[in-house]
Amino acid sequence: MYSDEASVRALLEKVLHYSQAEQTEVVFNGTEGSLTRFATNHIHQNVAESNHELRVRAVVGKRVGVASTNRLDDESLRKVAEQALEIARIQPENPEFHSLPVARPITAAHGFSERTAQFTPEERARRVNTIVQLARARGLESAGAFSTTLHHEAVANSLGIFAYEPRTDAECHAVVMADDAGSGYTQRMFTNADLLDFEAMAQEAVTKAERSRNPIDIELGEYPVVLDAYAVADMLQHLIYMGLSATAVQEERSFMNGQFGKQLVDPKITFYDDGHELAGLPKAFDYEGVPKQRVNMFERGVANAVVYDSFTAAREGKPNTGHALPAPNSEGPLPTHSFLEAGNATLEELIRGVDHGIYVTRFHYTNSVHPVKTLLTGMTRDGTFLIEHGELTRPVKNLRFTQSILDVLRDVPAIGRDRVQYIDYLTVVAPAIQAARFNFTGITGA
Amino acid sequence: MRDIAIRAINAAQQFGASYVDVRVMERTTEGIEVRNGRVEGVSSSASIGFNVRVLVNGAWGFASSDRMELAEAERIAQLAVQIARASALVAGDPVRLSPLSPQKGTYRTPMQLDPFLVPLQQKVQLLLDADAAMRSVKGVTLSSAMMEYSREHKYFASSEGSEIEQELYDTGAAISASAVDAQSNEIQTRSYPNSFGRQAGTVGYEFIEAMELVEHGARVGEEAVQLLTAPQCPSGIKTIILDGPQVGLQVHESCGHPIELDRVLGYEAGFVGKSFLTTDKFNNNYRYGSEYINITADATIPGALGTFGWDDEGVPAQRTPIVTRGIFNGYLTSRDTAPLIGLASNGSVRADGWNRLPMIRMTNVSLEPGSWKLTDLIADTDDGIYMSINKSWSIDDRRLNFQFGVEMAYEIKNGKPGRLYKNATYTGITPQFWGSCDAVCGPDEWAVWGTPNCGKGEPMQVMRTGHGAAPARFRNVQVGVGRWS
Repeated sequence: MYSDEASVRALLEKVLHYSQAEQTEVVFNGTEGSLTRFATNHIHQNVAESNHELRVRAVVGKRVGVASTNRLDDESLRKVAEQALEIARIQPENPEFHSLPVARPITAAHGFSERTAQFTPEERARRVNTIVQLARARGLESAGAFSTTLHHEAVANSLGIFAYEPRTDAECHAVVMADDAGSGYTQRMFTNADLLDFEAMAQEAVTKAERSRNPIDIELGEYPVVLDAYAVADMLQHLIYMGLSATAVQEERSFMNGQFGKQLVDPKITFYDDGHELAGLPKAFDYEGVPKQRVNMFERGVANAVVYDSFTAAREGKPNTGHALPAPNSEGPLPTHSFLEAGNATLEELIRGVDHGIYVTRFHYTNSVHPVKTLLTGMTRDGTFLIEHGELTRPVKNLRFTQSILDVLRDVPAIGRDRVQYIDYLTVVAPAIQAARFNFTGITGA
Repeated sequence: MRDIAIRAINAAQQFGASYVDVRVMERTTEGIEVRNGRVEGVSSSASIGFNVRVLVNGAWGFASSDRMELAEAERIAQLAVQIARASALVAGDPVRLSPLSPQKGTYRTPMQLDPFLVPLQQKVQLLLDADAAMRSVKGVTLSSAMMEYSREHKYFASSEGSEIEQELYDTGAAISASAVDAQSNEIQTRSYPNSFGRQAGTVGYEFIEAMELVEHGARVGEEAVQLLTAPQCPSGIKTIILDGPQVGLQVHESCGHPIELDRVLGYEAGFVGKSFLTTDKFNNNYRYGSEYINITADATIPGALGTFGWDDEGVPAQRTPIVTRGIFNGYLTSRDTAPLIGLASNGSVRADGWNRLPMIRMTNVSLEPGSWKLTDLIADTDDGIYMSINKSWSIDDRRLNFQFGVEMAYEIKNGKPGRLYKNATYTGITPQFWGSCDAVCGPDEWAVWGTPNCGKGEPMQVMRTGHGAAPARFRNVQVGVGRWS
């Protein structure tokens, strides 16, 4: 049911036909998702979901209403179309609303894998077991999750847009824990589940867990750091929320305000969003059916651009970059497929470049302290080490940091060559970096 | 709903399940947001479906679908059994469930005004008026007013003979104003009644009317503008008094999460971490806080956001002591975790929708009221800082090292309120922090603060929890963290 272009097109056209609004948009997201979760070296949660959501945006003049449902019988489709219209009619005009977007050519993205779509519960269990068995064999404790998801996404509107694409993703992450407060981490995400190398992932987490036993205290303060890819991507995810949306700029609450065209960070930093790059999870169009454009947000360290949807683009007279989220949302458009351009250093070379500093595997529970100052706090986790004379020496207890992200990016002596696709709320593909200064402000209690 | 549930239970048993439970759930939500004087969005969403959870050979399986058909109930039951058999490929000790007699009954959230029946125009106008009140203050550059209300109709049945029908409502709203100074990269925000989402409860529209959002609009705007030019909160070891909403969030993060027994047992270690409140500390005279600290988990508090009739395993709502006079003595438990420490479930399991696995979630985890009045508490403080409403939070993977930022602070000198401060933060280690509490305000200043956006689990679930709290005082706290210039 609704697992091919023809059936989805028929469904969306039916809703457009039912709608009496001046303009109508229908967004469809069908999901077949499965997730196998493990902890204390066994599978403890194992779930599957089949869902089909339909969202209708109705426009009457400058009034907009949205209603959604996951009931797809004819009566429910008529009802959701009527409800969106009723909501639109009853509210005041939004003088800044212009129009739903018109159709533009869409270049297909390659974000689907038949293999991922067909992955079975038994296959997931066996893959997970690779990590569990290595942890068990070394006397360690493993925990994590492996998910495989198939999406059927489509957008149609009464101005002629119809866009459809099937997409898949497969993601696994794991924490491996030793006694004496040591732990290690691994995470990978691809369109094709077969690309996840579970042997390598298990080795990565187990090796770091064994090496991080008996961590020491250090004096708090500012250190040169090597931030591994997981930590860099987490930091960049927060930077996106802090101000890389046109809405944030238009509301004058972005760190980009007044900075366009200026050298904002280190010239080695190019940070961009690209729905078509194969290193990410390719996606051809946004939630308005507009083709996704590559946007260089930082280009060789210069504050270059933010991303737009139809509303923010019309408001400013700028091109729509195809970064709309489902309506309505106060966040505005967001870069959801972003990449930090790789450098050419290996991780070992990044570490060799630091005489006395800290290596951080990843962050935990990061949160904005002050968005305009890009001030972020959080903890280090799953492998924090002292760097002495260019080598990782002793493990360090988890540290709290309170640090401006832009200040970190202003002085980046080197960037790693290998990138990892990270997902939390957004997907970010990033390499490790060496940064000249990072402010550690607290340490884990006993 | 019942037909789907019974068909799924019968089918799962035929496929080999030793235990089956089914939740059929329909959730309807309406949300309104006004921003900068215009309606940002009005939306209505409805989601219906069911899930089947099974035990096969002591291992769990779970599957869910939005197709409300009897044939689909059988297919999903079979899939759940297949998934449970796959779980057994990487098995732990066989799951045991704490005993539960068959439960039968119904529960509906008590309320005066069904928020869905209040005319939409009236609700939009209330938010527009509140927004206008904030924007009437010169210097307010960004204003927002929102409300959201939901109805969840759910039917639970199990192979042990339980059949429960519940209709739960939650209703909430909030306003916020921001002032920006581009020259100094400064933005200051003030919210009412709470930040990050809204203040919410299992109540009707009368809850929103009682907030008097319009009447508070100008004050909220004025405070945001005043904060913009206020001095930076100084650093140092200080006495602090936290207001009720911030105490509520402190309880949520540093007590509510670490008492989730699944987290304690390592079930969340691959995502958000474990807990410092390990089982060796349970009923073993472990001092969590000072003698003024009494914490309970209570799913029966009228109107609180974590209140219900039965949890999503069919266990009746109940009240459990968590910390008594500073001594740790309780966990939040489920039917499959409680037996591992010799207990029965205390009814703390919920799922945020039909497509999510039920898991241990906070109900209403509250700091019980003390006896102080806030005015007396301030008068009793020679040198301190009062802090109001959260704007930033973070805590480590064992729930020990935390750091919070608040929207507004002011100094207390010789028992009197003094200068306003911006960007106040404080940090600490959980048991030391609660151990430093020497005063909690009384019932007159105690309220239940709703947290409508508590994240946990994979796939992520967002749950609605409540936290009773009153202003409280803490000694020797590290205030002012990080570089702000």
